[in-house]
Amino acid sequence: MSTIGPEDVAYVAQLARLALTEDEAQAMARDLEQILGHVKSLDALDTDGVEPTAHGFELATPMRLDQPVEPIDPELAVSNAPAAQGTAFLVPKVLEEEG
Amino acid sequence: MGQAEDLLAKGLAEQRAALDGGDVSASALVDASLARIEAAAALSAVVSTRPAAARAEAEAAAQRIAAGDARSVLDGVPILLKDNIVQASEPATCASRILENFVSPYDATVTEKLRAAGAIIVGRANMDEFAMGSSTENTIHGAAHNPWDPTKACGGSSGGSAAAVAAGLVPVALGSDTGGSIRQPAGCCGVVGLKPTYGRVSRWGLVAFASSLDQIGPFGRSVADCAATLEVIAGHDARDSTSVPEDVPKWTEALDGDVAGLTIGLPEEYFVEEGVDPGVLARVREAIGALESAGAKTMPVSLPHTEHAIATYYVIATAEASSNLARFDGVRYGRRADRPEDLQDLYMRSRSEGFGPEVKRRILLGTYVLSAGYYDAYYGKAQRVRTLIRRDFDRAFASCDLIVTPTMPETAFGLGEKSDDPLSMYLSDVYTTSVNLAGLPGLSMSCGLSNGMPVGLQLIGKPLDETTILRVGDAFERLTDHHLLRPPEVA
Repeated sequence: MSTIGPEDVAYVAQLARLALTEDEAQAMARDLEQILGHVKSLDALDTDGVEPTAHGFELATPMRLDQPVEPIDPELAVSNAPAAQGTAFLVPKVLEEEG
Repeated sequence: MGQAEDLLAKGLAEQRAALDGGDVSASALVDASLARIEAAAALSAVVSTRPAAARAEAEAAAQRIAAGDARSVLDGVPILLKDNIVQASEPATCASRILENFVSPYDATVTEKLRAAGAIIVGRANMDEFAMGSSTENTIHGAAHNPWDPTKACGGSSGGSAAAVAAGLVPVALGSDTGGSIRQPAGCCGVVGLKPTYGRVSRWGLVAFASSLDQIGPFGRSVADCAATLEVIAGHDARDSTSVPEDVPKWTEALDGDVAGLTIGLPEEYFVEEGVDPGVLARVREAIGALESAGAKTMPVSLPHTEHAIATYYVIATAEASSNLARFDGVRYGRRADRPEDLQDLYMRSRSEGFGPEVKRRILLGTYVLSAGYYDAYYGKAQRVRTLIRRDFDRAFASCDLIVTPTMPETAFGLGEKSDDPLSMYLSDVYTTSVNLAGLPGLSMSCGLSNGMPVGLQLIGKPLDETTILRVGDAFERLTDHHLLRPPEVA
């Protein structure tokens, strides 16, 4: 595992849809380097053949009857939208019109 | 007002008796709470109140109670929710710019249960942004202060809930605990905080941080008050697929003060001199001595993977957080950047303007450990070490009934002391994160003071065995007076 530079941070930030200034990226690179340095201590442990744990309490997949239930009122569902039209969320145009 | 103020400082049983006996009305009790919240504004423990609605609900409760129809132990009692637990028509900022103007369209399951029980939700408690922090300094509402010493942090992330209960603003409050966020602030503020077994309390309506670790629980000034509140909020909920389909025990009836014959495991990895405040170790050892004098046995146990808990936790918690917080994209709710050029720009700027530095740090860390080429080395590895940590507890619990440790290696640290050093802030969770990784119930309570600040005693139980830690915690209160200590200005 290599050291982390601002360009690695920039790549991960793009994946996470975060825009960072150069100063922020520098600081984050330093922090991630330090934290992941601590995480490296896990490499000393032999985990061959150890099953991963994904949940705090092992449960079988719960089943329920396939019955319709009352959904949230669509008008209420869009009530927090920064931009809405009727019961639709508005976003900037994604596809250009064919010209 | 004097009588209601006095009553506000008492426990749920005394409040119930006074309300039912007609000595004080629910309206007067709720007014006293709202007045205390306003008077204690400098603590920044409470971020919003709902005085008109709370007063109307208190009036209705007063009428029920006068007619002899009190719904539960909490009927007419003022309570606070951490600002990441939603209530219909109320804000839930999660202490984040990105949710500054959010108004919840629905009630969390715990909110529904509290309201059905007649509890009066008077407002919302301060926290670290999206529950990420150990000091309640990462918040748009201003850092919360410890009622014992306002220059110190009240712990986090549920610091506002802990400080509010310690300062006597409400008798009980709810928080959430992902890596210690109930127990650590309870320890810092000298109150009782309980993280139930993972799945014991529904997470429906709790804004998700790390879904495999998050759990809602109560704060109170006594173990009995936490037990009574847990009885109201616990139980299976079909809307949370990780909710455990188990009956809710009558925990309050198990508090008989009897610890004779119980075996307390003392993990040698937690009782090390290095890096632990000697005053903390001394108080915790005195507490263990008190329980021994009441007939409990102690034995050394080993949790050999303890030193790896923080690293494991910060990989798993940030990985889950990076996924959970992807929903904040400026489209359906929350802050949207002005005049976005296109959809990508809308996502990028809405998130970058809306999240604070610690949340960005954790999203980046979580995205990194899940990214191509690193997934197995970091996330896969951490999930396997999580299994080893869980097995440590299984092995220890084969020979003891509960485990007792300090809640944290020190007392509350100073505001600003660790805010420039994320790793040192993370390391303050060394005694609490394992419990979340293993899904166990954990309780923190005061076991006295060191240099004038409360010391947290942590009791860890077997899965679904909240009963034993509540019984032992309650017995400890009968043996000592630490839980009666109040911050200097409140006493």
